[in-house]
Amino acid sequence: MTTNLSRRAFLKGATALAAAQALPISLVELAFADESQNFTFAYISDSHIQHIRGAKFVRNWDRGLIRAVAETNLLHPKPDFIMFGGDLAQLGSKPELDHGAEMLSALSGKVHHVMGEHDYYLDLGEYWSQLFGPHYYSFDHKGVHFVVLNSILTFDDWTFNRWPTAEQRMAEMAGLDNPNGSPFMVGDKQREWLRQDLEKVDKNTPLVVFSHSPLQKIYKGWNFWTEDAEPVQELLKPFAKVNVLYGHVHQIQYNQIGNISFHSVMATAWPWPYPASYAQAEQYLPKLTVPMNRADPFFERDATGWQFINMANGNVDLRYTLYENRSREVAYNDKTKQPEDSAYQPDSARIPPQTHY
Amino acid sequence: MKALALLGLALLAGAVYAEPLGLPPVPIPADNPQSAEKIKLGDKLFHDKRFSSTGAVACSNCHDDAKAFTDSPRRVSEGVNKLTGTRNAPTVINAAYMKTQFWDGRSPSLEDQALYPFLNPVEMALPDHGPILKIVRNDPDYAAAFQSVFGKSGEAITMKEVTQAIASFERTVVAGNSPFDRWYYGHDERALTPAQVRGFQVFVGQGRCVSCHVIEQTQALFTDNRFHNIGVGITAVQADVPKLAGAFLEAKAKGVDVDVAVLTDKKTSELGRFAVTDQFDDLGGFKTPTLRNIALTAPYMHDGSLKTLKDVMTHYNNGGIAKAGDRVNDFLSGGIRPLNLTSQQMDDLVAFMQALTSPEFAQTAAKAK
Repeated sequence: MTTNLSRRAFLKGATALAAAQALPISLVELAFADESQNFTFAYISDSHIQHIRGAKFVRNWDRGLIRAVAETNLLHPKPDFIMFGGDLAQLGSKPELDHGAEMLSALSGKVHHVMGEHDYYLDLGEYWSQLFGPHYYSFDHKGVHFVVLNSILTFDDWTFNRWPTAEQRMAEMAGLDNPNGSPFMVGDKQREWLRQDLEKVDKNTPLVVFSHSPLQKIYKGWNFWTEDAEPVQELLKPFAKVNVLYGHVHQIQYNQIGNISFHSVMATAWPWPYPASYAQAEQYLPKLTVPMNRADPFFERDATGWQFINMANGNVDLRYTLYENRSREVAYNDKTKQPEDSAYQPDSARIPPQTHY
Repeated sequence: MKALALLGLALLAGAVYAEPLGLPPVPIPADNPQSAEKIKLGDKLFHDKRFSSTGAVACSNCHDDAKAFTDSPRRVSEGVNKLTGTRNAPTVINAAYMKTQFWDGRSPSLEDQALYPFLNPVEMALPDHGPILKIVRNDPDYAAAFQSVFGKSGEAITMKEVTQAIASFERTVVAGNSPFDRWYYGHDERALTPAQVRGFQVFVGQGRCVSCHVIEQTQALFTDNRFHNIGVGITAVQADVPKLAGAFLEAKAKGVDVDVAVLTDKKTSELGRFAVTDQFDDLGGFKTPTLRNIALTAPYMHDGSLKTLKDVMTHYNNGGIAKAGDRVNDFLSGGIRPLNLTSQQMDDLVAFMQALTSPEFAQTAAKAK
């Protein structure tokens, strides 16, 4: 039995949540013999820094990233590292990536990066790599194996043969619901790399996979999608505890498929709605149990945010810092064996969703 | 004061009493009903200088009837021995409608709010509430009044009764019926000047003011009762925020008095609502004040840092910085952005602000000058 106290104390220290409830904790498994191996990291994603001209950038997106960086620097105790979940830039240009990198440089701590499609489709990630390193890689930290995938690749024909210019290719992939887009995938080459990388890892080692696209099939029309999700999940199946953290969707989602817990992270730029609200016909989306509060359009930061993640006993618990809105927590429930937003499970606690648009 | 006394009496008539044009009924807590005698007692307590360590400071020092219940033109308030705090005295007028009290909302009610200034070292500086109770239990006038209003005497009189009486009085300090009210709710087209009408259009349109300074169909409190970082105060202490926030939370965990900390330390004061909630979202956030009688209560903002209404408009127009070129603070509310108003539009907004003055205070302010 781990003690609840240490995690509660951590939460209190981290956000100093005098008034907030602590995470629901009922962990009986002991993945780590030593509690000091539990740790935290912060996760910032989808900033979409957008160049206008000269030294001008879209102020709204700048403010979102600036604020997330400043607040991450206030976390106490300090997170072990910070993930940036992709789509730092809007159109993948050098000025955008430079401007974003400059803002991220204010972070105190090691930053790992995930490739987003907005970072990639202008020069296929070349300049991004100069700034942030390889497109996919893995690392180990305090007994956890972390994998970073580039999951926004697509068919070679689309990438290399279809578009007259790199700029147009970028613009086509930058739309949310552009019918000229193409479904995301991890691809054969990277899946083979992943297979080899995981071969060396003990199956009881907790696994955390960072990806930009969801690694599950949610809604193809908006590319909330990974074409080869099943074979990727197949590679993760042998492990006792797997957590997938993805960006791209600009909203809170969580799901459990077999042994894999899926969590999305928020964007600092703007929110997307859940695709259900857009549906024109019967569809088979994963059930949305807790709808997001509808954002107040007056407050540009509403329904944007960032999160810090408590890694304990091999599961990730996410605390979402939201603006002008109620912060939320999604934590692994050991009884139901899935991630849950426990505060909002009873109907009485729900904020009624907006059903007309 | 005459108008207020009349209003106090009018409140008792209940059904007969109509709230001023543009305002809803005053919320009265069930456990503290209004009565003429209680209001009168509260009025006396509010103006009594004996409830301070020097015998020179009453509530009314900083909430002066003749200055629309503020201490205008002071930037921050002055307590005993000329000690100053960190915050600009908010008006008591219409405070009865506020869901929380103080700039950072650290108090939930008028009754609770009244407890703190007595003890704050830079306000009335009493060591505890003992001296107040000693006076109200022994002074014959007070003893008779407490007996009559609460049916209590001697030890049975506590701060609960004292603060209930003060709050009852404050609930009569309400004022609407401004030129704006007569124009908007009374449909009197001549109540506003053309500049004020243009200012109103900016207020609800390009200026986006109405999103927080709320106007409704039958009433206007000009507040959303929420807290926002609009870039005042915290902008100057940006570099210190990580250290300040950390040190403050540690001190708070050890039991430091928040009320004392925010009024005695300038930098801590700028943490705003964060000092109350510990939430990042509240860093540098302060309560949206009402705009009623704003023309009488300069200077502006929680720290009194903006001298004139035009300065306020400029600050908002710049997107949350007093001077173009200042660094916008990292925690700025998502509701604040540059507005691209012309100087004319800002002047019209200021003219509209002048249409929010209630006639009874326009007169007292004129007399005070």
